[in-house]
Amino acid sequence: MLDLIVIGGGPAGLAAACSAHEHGLKNILIIERGAELGGILNQCIHNGFGLHIFKEELTGPEYAARFIEKLKGTGISVMTNTMVLKITPEKQVHIVNPSQGYRILHAKALLLAMGCRERTRGALCIPGERPAGILTAGAAQRYVNIEGFLPGKRVVILGSGDIGLIMARRMTLEGAKVLACVEIMPYSSGLNRNIVQCLRDFDIPLYLSHTVTDIKGRRRLERVIISKVDKELKAIPGTEIEFECDTLLLSVGLIPENELSAEAGIEIDWKTNGLIVYDNMETSVPGIFAAGNVVHVHDLADFVTEESMRAGACAAEYVQNGERAGETVKTVKGFGIGSLVPHKIRKEASKGKIEFYFRVNESFKNRSVIIESNNFTLARFKRKVMVPGEMERVTLDRACIPESGEITVKIENEDGGNEND
Amino acid sequence: MFDVVIIGCGVVGAAAAYELSKYGISAAVLEKENDVASGTSKANSGIIHAGYDPEPGTLMAKLNVRGAYLAGELCRKLDVPYKQIGSLVLAFDERDMASVRQLYERGRTNGVKDLELLDAEQVRLIEPNACKSVCGALFAADAAIICPWEYTLALAETAVKNGVKLYLNSPVRSISPLPSGGYRLFSDGAYWDTRFILNAAGVHADDIHNMAAEPEFSITPVRGEYFLMDKCESKRAAHILFGVPGEFGKGVLVAPTVHGNLIVGPGTEPVDDKENTGTTYGGLDYVKQTALKAVPSIDFHRCIRNFSGLRAVSDTDDFIVRENAGAKGFIDIAGIKSPGLSAAPAIAEMAVELLQSSGLKLERKERIVDSRKRIRFKGLSPDEKNELIMRNPAYGNVICRCETVTEGEILDALSGPIPPQSIDGVKRRTGSGLGRCQGGFCGPKILSIIAREKKQEPVEILQDKAGTFVLTDETKTGGSHA
Ligand SMILES: Cc1cc2nc3c(=O)[nH]c(=O)nc-3n(C[C@H](O)[C@H](O)[C@H](O)COP(=O)(O)OP(=O)(O)OC[C@H]3O[C@@H](n4cnc5c(N)ncnc54)[C@H](O)[C@@H]3O)c2cc1C
Ligand SMILES: Cc1cc2nc3c(=O)[nH]c(=O)nc-3n(C[C@H](O)[C@H](O)[C@H](O)COP(=O)(O)OP(=O)(O)OC[C@H]3O[C@@H](n4cnc5c(N)ncnc54)[C@H](O)[C@@H]3O)c2cc1C
Repeated sequence: MLDLIVIGGGPAGLAAACSAHEHGLKNILIIERGAELGGILNQCIHNGFGLHIFKEELTGPEYAARFIEKLKGTGISVMTNTMVLKITPEKQVHIVNPSQGYRILHAKALLLAMGCRERTRGALCIPGERPAGILTAGAAQRYVNIEGFLPGKRVVILGSGDIGLIMARRMTLEGAKVLACVEIMPYSSGLNRNIVQCLRDFDIPLYLSHTVTDIKGRRRLERVIISKVDKELKAIPGTEIEFECDTLLLSVGLIPENELSAEAGIEIDWKTNGLIVYDNMETSVPGIFAAGNVVHVHDLADFVTEESMRAGACAAEYVQNGERAGETVKTVKGFGIGSLVPHKIRKEASKGKIEFYFRVNESFKNRSVIIESNNFTLARFKRKVMVPGEMERVTLDRACIPESGEITVKIENEDGGNEND
Repeated sequence: MFDVVIIGCGVVGAAAAYELSKYGISAAVLEKENDVASGTSKANSGIIHAGYDPEPGTLMAKLNVRGAYLAGELCRKLDVPYKQIGSLVLAFDERDMASVRQLYERGRTNGVKDLELLDAEQVRLIEPNACKSVCGALFAADAAIICPWEYTLALAETAVKNGVKLYLNSPVRSISPLPSGGYRLFSDGAYWDTRFILNAAGVHADDIHNMAAEPEFSITPVRGEYFLMDKCESKRAAHILFGVPGEFGKGVLVAPTVHGNLIVGPGTEPVDDKENTGTTYGGLDYVKQTALKAVPSIDFHRCIRNFSGLRAVSDTDDFIVRENAGAKGFIDIAGIKSPGLSAAPAIAEMAVELLQSSGLKLERKERIVDSRKRIRFKGLSPDEKNELIMRNPAYGNVICRCETVTEGEILDALSGPIPPQSIDGVKRRTGSGLGRCQGGFCGPKILSIIAREKKQEPVEILQDKAGTFVLTDETKTGGSHA
């Protein structure tokens, strides 16, 4: 039996496998459905990876290569071109590939690192006709960077997610005309540096509080119509702007790829489709761990790496020392918090500091993040700016955690105070 | 000179081709698009109706009941996804209940078996997600769900295997009678001569009719919009759930699909453009609000696709299946709105009878192909999967992650009797891209497979119909894998 099977060979799976090995596991297998390791990084040929971890700017493939290099000599096995079709709570993994056929593998622990997929037009219910030329920004990125083809020449981008912003620049450099980037929220969901470097530097207008309300074209896309939206995000009649274009790129959010997990009965946060995890990145099924975008969507591969190293170490600990019991403290999203990981903490069950990753649900300036329990403030962290597009991280000493009950993470009120203080 | 040319390869044209392929004649089908099932036959509710809806005595009533009876057997023979799950017409007040009782009576008159009136308690027992205010329903055990485009494809493929010629990308532009009898049908740069014509052109049947004779009827396209929901929503309905029928159709339904999703729709909205299969905010919202009244728990955030289809509604209120008064040997099959999918094989039988009475001599062939089987990797047992992959490793390469469709199945489709000409053509034959990511993952892969197998350039590959190019140019550097 294997010690650990890692499902997905993106940055999360790679870092987790390396870390599990460093923490003493010998029999580790990474399963990746693609032809190469690296995950989504393989199509991210732009700079901007590794600033935190390596203190230098790498491209996606370069960043992945650092970890692939690290695998050498570890004895970690890798299966590429292999799709995982099913996992079970008993830690069986059903796989299929052309050379070995359909097989069922078994391990002492699993680590889920399947990443995420992009939201599509269907999920948004954008009305209109259904011509060719409407695709997700990630699919466009794959066509341009890996296959070497341009999906269109006159482009509108819906959503200001990072992939869309990156593609605005990429398409422009490839000679396409990017007419607009359209965002339904009053703020961008992408990193500020991408707004500057990918839109402003190329004079691409960003329409905030706007969305696509109609699509024209029977065969190939001919026009999109955008409208301004009100506070309820409903289109305001009379505010239509029409763009003649042949391509609409969608960068409207990522959805953790948890169909395998759901089928195995692992607990999922149905609002984000992310996995529900403990502070040691263990899911609701003992011995099944998770890291990276399958838990919550990250903006920075560096954060993925950090989180995954922790997950790998904890998986190793599980294999070596067995199941972790102990009282559970729930974490609660307080004012201003849109998403929060971990969902649960077992104070005695793990070691080390507790890392909270969260996103705010609106923009904040000069506010503090407050962690509290039973109306008692455990910690406070000053932040100059917090925006929904950027994941935040705070660290808390394990000793501060109460024995049971709840912990709330929230943003302080406008007056700088904490209503419960 | 063909004995018979069928215009249009929707389910009706395909069923007619299949039926005719049993006889020793020469037949052809002309289809304007690049694939079969490109019109209404791919965009409908996919229901084989039991037959209680149509007014007794109409062609619709007769052909629905007979067609539904034939459909089950055809689907088994031709390997078409078909599930008899039964339907409920839900009543929410006394007025609805009166309609439901009327439908029950109608159904009995039409010869529908296994109809039952249920009270509120009985409905709740078998359909726990139905709105609490439901007060009764008509249950029809025979109603079934089906994959409408695979049905059409299976009929057309079998016809082709039996010698029927299929000409895709061949819109009929004009028709002229031949001096020696029969007709010449003109398309762009090509023509075909034939003794008999079956006009199965769907919403365009009136236009085709008018090419050969004085106008007798006109067709109005009545659009119906849909939501297709993620598989996780499929449990919202165990049966096909209808409201009581309205002016234009059977109202908004909620039903599981044979692919394991949930379908919600259609609305009813006459449009003036016969190609207008777009969706609108208002149309979709109407569907949503109506469906929520029947099944309040549907989570519309789990929508994976919207689409719409056009009912071919004629001004006669019934199916038109008859020889054209002004053109001998020219048979109209027009106004085939719902339940046309259910009725198709019976419509085909009737068309063949009309051909005979118009003078076409028909003799059964001694041997015909009357079965079809395709590999569906996902449904196989682990041992069967292994065996298949050992035989051909392409079945071990999963291309569509959502629906678990393998490269082997895609290659099978590409070498089938009617090879697909686009990514959506592959989708209709294998199910790839039908799932929650809507081809975001497999689209680029399928594009490369098509390009490789057909020795085409990637920029030539189509998403769906002619002109739906996916890519426009090569990049400056040609990409890392180019
Ligand atoms: C398009 C895109 C662009 C990005 N650009 C940047 C950027 O510029 N800078 C930055 O810092 N961050 C960027 N990110 C974010 C960062 O790269 C991601 O957060 C990170 O790649 C996530 O790592 P992961 O390992 O969780 O997921 P992924 O990289 O997506 O890896 C998941 C892997 O799992 C495999 N897998 C999934 N399911 C199965 C299965 N059933 N069987 C076998 N294998 C499976 C997949 O093939 C994939 O290789 C980007 C993310 C995306 C999606
Ligand atoms: C919203 C909706 C829901 C429905 N639900 C159901 C249901 O659940 N159950 C049921 O039984 N029925 C249902 N129906 C009805 C059913 O879908 C139709 O009756 C059936 O598909 C009609 O098939 P057809 O072959 O006549 O038309 P089509 O499928 O439209 O085929 C006509 C074909 O003719 C071709 N054509 C047109 N002009 C030319 C030309 N000049 N030259 C060559 N080819 C041409 C078109 O391209 C097309 O492929 C529904 C219909 C709609 C719109």
